[in-house]
Amino acid sequence: MTSSHGRGLHLAAAVDQRSAYDADSYVALARLAESGGLDFVTLDDTFARPGPDALAVLSRVAPVTSRIGLVPTVTVTHTEPFHVQAAVATLDWVSRGRAGWRLDVSTTEGEARLFGRRHAAPADALWEEAGEVAEVAAQLWDSWEDDAEIRDTATGRFVDRDKLHHVDFTGSEFSVKGPSIVPRPPQGHPVRVVDATEGQARRTAARYADVALVRAASSAQAGAVRAELRASAEKFGRDPDTLRVLVSLVVDLGDGEHAAEPGHGGGGPRQTAHGPLYRGGPVDLAELIATWHGDRTVDGFHLTPVEPRRDLERLVNGTVALLQHRGRFRTFYPGSTLREHLGLARPANQYAVTGAAS
Amino acid sequence: MTVRKPSRKQIHLAAHFPGVNSATVWADPRSKSQIGFSSFEHLARTAERGLFDFFFLAEGLRLREHKGRIHDLDVVGRPESLTVLNALAAVTERIGLAATVNATFNEPYELARRLATLDHLSGGRAAWNVVTSSDAFTGENFRRGGYLDRADRYTRAAEFVAVARELWDSWTPDGLSRPFAHRGQHFDIAGEFTVPRSPQGHPVVIQAGDSGEGREFAAQAADVIFTRHGTLEDGRAFYADVKGRLAKYGRSADDLKIMPGVSVVLGDTAAEAQEKAAEIRRQQVSPQNAILALEQIWGTDLSSYDPDGPFPDFDPVPDASLTQGRTRRGDTVATAEKWRALSREKGLSIRQTVIEASGRQSFIGTPEAVAAELEIFVRQDAADGFILVPHLTPGGLDEFVDRVVPLLQERDAFRTEYRGGTLRSHLGLSDPVWKG
Repeated sequence: MTSSHGRGLHLAAAVDQRSAYDADSYVALARLAESGGLDFVTLDDTFARPGPDALAVLSRVAPVTSRIGLVPTVTVTHTEPFHVQAAVATLDWVSRGRAGWRLDVSTTEGEARLFGRRHAAPADALWEEAGEVAEVAAQLWDSWEDDAEIRDTATGRFVDRDKLHHVDFTGSEFSVKGPSIVPRPPQGHPVRVVDATEGQARRTAARYADVALVRAASSAQAGAVRAELRASAEKFGRDPDTLRVLVSLVVDLGDGEHAAEPGHGGGGPRQTAHGPLYRGGPVDLAELIATWHGDRTVDGFHLTPVEPRRDLERLVNGTVALLQHRGRFRTFYPGSTLREHLGLARPANQYAVTGAAS
Repeated sequence: MTVRKPSRKQIHLAAHFPGVNSATVWADPRSKSQIGFSSFEHLARTAERGLFDFFFLAEGLRLREHKGRIHDLDVVGRPESLTVLNALAAVTERIGLAATVNATFNEPYELARRLATLDHLSGGRAAWNVVTSSDAFTGENFRRGGYLDRADRYTRAAEFVAVARELWDSWTPDGLSRPFAHRGQHFDIAGEFTVPRSPQGHPVVIQAGDSGEGREFAAQAADVIFTRHGTLEDGRAFYADVKGRLAKYGRSADDLKIMPGVSVVLGDTAAEAQEKAAEIRRQQVSPQNAILALEQIWGTDLSSYDPDGPFPDFDPVPDASLTQGRTRRGDTVATAEKWRALSREKGLSIRQTVIEASGRQSFIGTPEAVAAELEIFVRQDAADGFILVPHLTPGGLDEFVDRVVPLLQERDAFRTEYRGGTLRSHLGLSDPVWKG
């Protein structure tokens, strides 16, 4: 299959905030990101620290935004795969095709104690299981064919049950019969996002993710991981052009238009405990983004502002505006779904049999 | 005009999104999507325009099957409730948002957190309808799998609700998180909750079900009971029974609202309303649905029978596995005999008999007559209010809101504006006492 992906630049931003439980602050951040034409916003989630349910927050945001993709983290270790896929599919329905899902695992004993069902397990084993959750989710999204609802008054049938499918999935830790309770979502498969920086997560990303996030501190490092991910995706039988690799940077634009902080690679990010941190001005950040993207080492960036309100505003009105001015980033949304923003096709249904009974 | 203090017992109203069952008429040209967000938005906003207490979503965790295949005659498929309600919080301002969520196939920590989040994001409008499940059929979709017997279902649900409230109380009202630890028969968990105390303190808890265990559970733990509608006398007996159970839990009669699920058919005259009601029942019982209803009683394949013809002359087969995902059997031999007697007596075909025997709409008449009858049920203590179940998506509530609500207001039986911002305030429930 040849690539139809025209090397567009993809930009996303985190709307994480400390101690915010009201809808308005999240709506404001998502609208700001939407005004910059970003592909999507992410909202992180964990049972280990205070914070609201991320998928709920972005569902609340959906009706008051119109184009931007909405990607909550949903953990898969202590949750039910059947519920998770139904919630993500529903986010896709309420946002009319803008849902994504950042898979994550819960590795601590503290999180395990909140549920009391199983003990903590090593990250590699949990990422293996996360792959199974990603797999069963796709099967359940496909368990309804797109044209399953027929409303045929002559035969009294609301659905064509030949187009509804049991998935009969058996994994290492769980099994699911199916079909889903939710009809196939508008995007077919909402976008699956995985942080592929470490270990088994990278394998799971190569196999299942539509978007892989990589915490890399240099263009060369990002390029190496991207090449590895693409090669690995190909081994799993995927077209590597169906995988977008975005570099995750923490950004601190607090010093306005001052030059990027000296001493870390000519204005490049430096490694910190929370991943690579870019500290400098919005113009230099635009320069970095354009350079790395020009190197063809990345498909785009996922940026986490240190101070959400301040930095996202500088990002959109400074960095993004400049990239648009230079013709490096789109100035409007040509499509309406997150897959369209990312240049990813709507996947075929694995159960659909053309021209024959299934 | 001065604002009158309500002197009469006020009616509470809720709207049920048309269900995944044969009561919802999908073949009508006015019937729109059961899954698109605009349908949910239309119904929720209509209910809010009518100043309803809350908007209600049911739940199903496995598609129903009949004769080993997915049941295809009724509406199939629905979105995940809490996700839709969070989205509806963005397009409504005051109406309560109630999700049915199963206590058997969820865990308290995660669900308490999702409910507290909805309460925060909606400014205090969240409600949880607690249901339980006993069937291994549904369990096949979940890690937990398996089966709980009837008694365990309720002990687990009661402990689930108690744990959820411990979690909601684990942050102080001033916003300090405190560790919790719970060790009980069903749950052994500890740690810290990630969400501060929400606007309502505790989201409203609804219990659906009329059994003895269900009534006791409601009396102990619920704020609202979603019951079946019956005659005025049946309603009064149920009401007295349930309210009578509250004292032993230190609760007063006002602490638990009794709201039967009802359907309403309106007409300009009584005769027109009756004719519309009959037409809706014909739509609800298609020829195929009539045979299906018979198969559910007879427990065997009757697809060769003519829905417009006579009944089988043999008795039901005791085979409970023909239909999965819904319990509606009971004493099948007695039901079969009753239906055959009805058919003989009135000379009715299979379909006509099923139409005749299946549930009739609760209130049929002119807006004036329906308003008067609703008020009688509430004034005579057969109910505190009603959960309206329209048969059409999304317009099924429009006529009630436009024509009946104003009459209830004229009778001083229903609010003319929302007084508070939270669902608890609409229902007249007191704020929960914080137990730190």
